[in-house]
Amino acid sequence: MRLAQRFHERLAIGCCRMSALLTVSMLAAVLLLLIFSGFRVMNLHFLTANWQHMDIAQGGIFPALFGSIALGIGVITVSFPLGLATAVFLTEYRPHALWKRTVQLAIRNLAGVPSVVYGLFGLAVFVQTLAFGMSLLAAILTLSIMTLPWVITAAIEALEAVPLHFRESSLVLGSTHLQTTWHIVLPAALPGSITGGIIGVARALGETAPLILVGATFYLSHLPRSLLDPFMALPYHTFILATQHSSPVAAAYAAGTALVLFGLTVLLCSGAILARFWFRKKKDW
Amino acid sequence: MSEHIVPWCLMCATFLTVLLLIGIFLFLFLSSLRAFREIALSEFFFGNNWNPISYHTPSWGIVALLQGTLLVSTVALLFASPLGLFTAIYLSEIASPPLREILKPTIEMIAGIPSVVLGLLGLLFLAPLIAKTFHLSNGLNALTAGILVGIAALPTIASVCEDALSGVTLRYREASLALGATRWTTIRWVVLPAALPGITAAIMLGFGRIIGETMIVLMVAGNSLALPRSLFSPVRPMTATIAIEIKETVIGSTHWHSLFALGLILFLLTFLVNFVADFLIHRRTL
Amino acid sequence: MFASPILAVRHLNVWYGNRQVLGDVTLDFAPHHITALIGASGSGKSTFLRSVNRMLDTIPIARVEGEIFFQQHNILQEDTDVIALRRSIGMVFQNPTPFPKSIFDNVAYGLEIQGIGHPRRPWWTSRHRSSTKFEHSHHPLDIAVMRSLKEAALWDEVKDRLHHSAFRLSGGQQQRLCIARALAVQPSVLLLDEPCSELDPISTRHIEQTLLRLREHLTIVIVTHNLHQARRIADTTCFFHAGSILEHGPTQTLFTTPRESLTHDYVHGHFG
Repeated sequence: MRLAQRFHERLAIGCCRMSALLTVSMLAAVLLLLIFSGFRVMNLHFLTANWQHMDIAQGGIFPALFGSIALGIGVITVSFPLGLATAVFLTEYRPHALWKRTVQLAIRNLAGVPSVVYGLFGLAVFVQTLAFGMSLLAAILTLSIMTLPWVITAAIEALEAVPLHFRESSLVLGSTHLQTTWHIVLPAALPGSITGGIIGVARALGETAPLILVGATFYLSHLPRSLLDPFMALPYHTFILATQHSSPVAAAYAAGTALVLFGLTVLLCSGAILARFWFRKKKDW
Repeated sequence: MSEHIVPWCLMCATFLTVLLLIGIFLFLFLSSLRAFREIALSEFFFGNNWNPISYHTPSWGIVALLQGTLLVSTVALLFASPLGLFTAIYLSEIASPPLREILKPTIEMIAGIPSVVLGLLGLLFLAPLIAKTFHLSNGLNALTAGILVGIAALPTIASVCEDALSGVTLRYREASLALGATRWTTIRWVVLPAALPGITAAIMLGFGRIIGETMIVLMVAGNSLALPRSLFSPVRPMTATIAIEIKETVIGSTHWHSLFALGLILFLLTFLVNFVADFLIHRRTL
Repeated sequence: MFASPILAVRHLNVWYGNRQVLGDVTLDFAPHHITALIGASGSGKSTFLRSVNRMLDTIPIARVEGEIFFQQHNILQEDTDVIALRRSIGMVFQNPTPFPKSIFDNVAYGLEIQGIGHPRRPWWTSRHRSSTKFEHSHHPLDIAVMRSLKEAALWDEVKDRLHHSAFRLSGGQQQRLCIARALAVQPSVLLLDEPCSELDPISTRHIEQTLLRLREHLTIVIVTHNLHQARRIADTTCFFHAGSILEHGPTQTLFTTPRESLTHDYVHGHFG
């Protein structure tokens, strides 16, 4: 009985170990396979040259890279202020409980909504109703709505972590509520908000489905000159190369583009995590 | 002066946020209403044929699409849930603290892999592998898609399970071990039952993530509108349908609105699943 | 009561929701005196303190009735400039609460928010300035910070590291920093809520000596659980019990020949 039990125990725990190993090896496999398929096309030319539609071996993915970076900057510009303002309003100005509950309910549940549904919304509102067309602006706004829950959650968490006595100590010196929020609370909460928000942006940059609906393009003769111009983006570029291009080297180029995209995501996330560690070290409260 | 303007601006920002977040539901709902003026509800939900672009008799049955979604989701769930749960048990109960500090963020990194990357690797490697193993003409079917979608949802399930397991108070474990139970017995009979609401929530959140997955199914699920007959049938889940057909519709047509109706169903499904999962996580845990 | 009290409280009542925490408190505070408020936990001392500088405004369920006269004005009225009031009546809390800023910036904060700007320095120079440079500076902010730190008896210990984070100071030093921070805005009254309860005896001694010196140009009200402290530094002592003042008067009298038996029991440690 004892022996069987010991065996049973060993088996179960071994199972758990194997699972963890399997999970981690999946990440390793993804990384390795990606590098294996894509490294052949990776060089400076690939990253900086313009896209050649006729003979893709001659061109590079610079327009797609530019598009993704422009998207990232745009999303940060729209979602950070809006999300931060919402978070500050909810935590510092103590509105009616209904505000906070509504926002929190909306955020918690909308974070799980499929990205293709956000794409539908962006298509209906930004492309059609507001007539921005299939443009950089429409994509930025759609992805910003997707990022908003992340920014708000991170900011609320960071704001609530600021100790109450900071605010009290500021008020007793004769500062107004606004001054307390601006000089004391926000600087203390900014690091946490930013790192959380950046991870949200990194996720948004990897999304393809909204771009399919709201309109990245595959063939562009020039870089977007204004917000209402069409644009290229890395995820969409990868998708088209992988599924619809007929050239024999398309697969390798798709992998190369995917590698760049993945690299960008990893860079952003690592940057955010490193920033979080650095701020946590500096933070002495 | 600015003391009064600033809070007012903040309130407007918050209002805008709420409007945007709720607006998604409103738009989907209104568009779906327009769709259901033309399409009979019974045909929509129970019809087998989805052929909106047919000239003479467009048909709007989403059963094939629903089955596609469910088939892929089931495979993904069956693949990811045990794997995620056991990984979480390892992380929370068996691994040493320094190992846990390294492993947890590593596993969460998987969540950062863009789904188009997973789809690409599926096309290049997994699909041919499955085709060769099971002697199929190509590997673009529900099985391939299910495995990849499962990988995408794995970090969510593992992470939330791990939160649930580590949330079980130390006292329960100590009490069990003090009675002479082994580590696994404690896990099996004490920790797991205590963490059950959280684990259920993890699986539901994973399910929500799985239903909503678009790119992987678009690239490797096979894109067939026939009713799936087995794991090896090509399918086209609801998400892929929206992405594929949106370019082919006329704006404002019934087809256009029907895609929004599909979006509404997806929205409601994921909303419901997330709502229940959220409730399970935030009610008083043991 | 005193001839011309700097602070005069009349029939002060405070409720938290439905629970009354202060009942009909009437008290005068003489200028340039140290008044100690003693009493068991929950007797309303801290609430009383917070009603004086209108900090109860930050608690939604608090309701205040009565009158508090400061500089011939009832500060409980709606039209009071609460911001200016809090600059005239400063407060130091039980736990040291420095901001996550440098020592200099902590002390300077109260003045910066009034619009007195930082001394202009090119950004490429180091933030560290030697104490001699500091002492010769003419910038109003530098002068104010130096003055406050000297008044709080902290200057000598920090003059060479004003740019360091305030959290690198010890507990006692941080509390003196908080006192310096409060002094920088030049209040006429200083309220202290058990300022030494978290500190060791030596730091406590430092602060008590500082308060005795500050009495020359400030009025001080200190809540304390340490009866010895009250005897050491307070001119007047008030004994709070269950939300009202049971007895008050010169410290020596209250401790040696109290009128009420409860006061006698408390100062002899029979309860509280």
